[in-house]
Amino acid sequence: MTNLEFTPLVFGISAVAGCLGALTGLGGGVVVTPALTVLLGVDIRYAMGASLVSVIATSSGAAAAYVREGYSNIRIGMFLEIATTLGALTGAFLATRTPTSILSVIFGLVLIHAAWQGSRSHPADRTTKQRDDPLALRLKFNGSYPTDAGTQKYRVGHVKTGFGLMFGAGTLSGLLGIGSGAMKVIAMDQAMHIPFKVSTTTSNFMIGVTAAASAGVYLSKGYIEPGLAMPVMLGVLAGSLLGARQLIGAKVRVLRWIFGGVVGLMAVEMILTGLKGKI
Amino acid sequence: MTGWTDQRLEVAISVLLGTGVTISAAVVLLGGVCYLSKHGHEQPAYQDFHGTSEQLRSFTGVIHAAGPSNCSAIIQVGLLLLVLTPVARVLFSLVGFGLAHDRTYVVLTSIVLAILIYSLAAPH
Repeated sequence: MTNLEFTPLVFGISAVAGCLGALTGLGGGVVVTPALTVLLGVDIRYAMGASLVSVIATSSGAAAAYVREGYSNIRIGMFLEIATTLGALTGAFLATRTPTSILSVIFGLVLIHAAWQGSRSHPADRTTKQRDDPLALRLKFNGSYPTDAGTQKYRVGHVKTGFGLMFGAGTLSGLLGIGSGAMKVIAMDQAMHIPFKVSTTTSNFMIGVTAAASAGVYLSKGYIEPGLAMPVMLGVLAGSLLGARQLIGAKVRVLRWIFGGVVGLMAVEMILTGLKGKI
Repeated sequence: MTGWTDQRLEVAISVLLGTGVTISAAVVLLGGVCYLSKHGHEQPAYQDFHGTSEQLRSFTGVIHAAGPSNCSAIIQVGLLLLVLTPVARVLFSLVGFGLAHDRTYVVLTSIVLAILIYSLAAPH
């Protein structure tokens, strides 16, 4: 295979991954790395480098729309980015010292979680019943967002727990070259009781900065290979823009199941390859 | 989100992110066309890890190498512009919080910026 055949193939795979990632809310990065390693035999480090830059592209592109619509909470994002960027640096350093077979197994486990998370619909929003977290008040976290029934106010709880979970999300992002949006949403939606729509858009807002914190390490270790990252980044970006546009009216439920199944299969493949030490 | 300054900051950030992604995608595409026109008939070799060539592993190296004769470096310039987009967003927020005299958030934003600069500028 020459580059003239390889590049469009990678672009196509990445576009499908980006489109499905946007439709299901899983993000393109978590799918593109297993697709490249399992289907095309690309070394996992090159795949992680290409995935990391494509994650920055999709999150920044989508954040541009969400921030303007008033969903993302910039203050919560800014504060939690301290945790995610520190985590991302830690994760990126760990990635350069971890054998690729182990990375592959961890990736598989994260994929299984993503497939499970993506195949179910999200639970109802919780509202904080207890007294306000004083830290949330001090940091001016409480906000409002647009809903069908007009502007809805919300209060934020358990700031310290959320901060700790965000460090974990950042570490995973740096370790595997993914956006780790699912874990960011869990930290905000489940732990801090932030409304789901605000959680997902704020998570998306933070993904770019988190990934940029690992990018320096990936770059200096030679993970970001232009010939591969070019079609991956352009493909995932094009696919996710298309996916976001199709979001309304798509049979999301069926798609979630199919996608969950495909991701699950790739997860098993990655774990098995890792265990055999082939990667 | 409270008040007028936050909303202005939101719009500014939105424009900044959109512009950053568009410009970097355009540069990557340009470099990609150049790359395929020169290396289109070569075999891709990503099965085994050797690492990107040394000069494409740092900001200074990429800037020195970029030009019509080095298409990979042009792609890398686009990718680095992409990486710098969220960094510019943090810098922008810092200015915004500064103008709003929000001291707490000036400090918090500075911490994030320092971590990013350490990651991108320090040798690892």
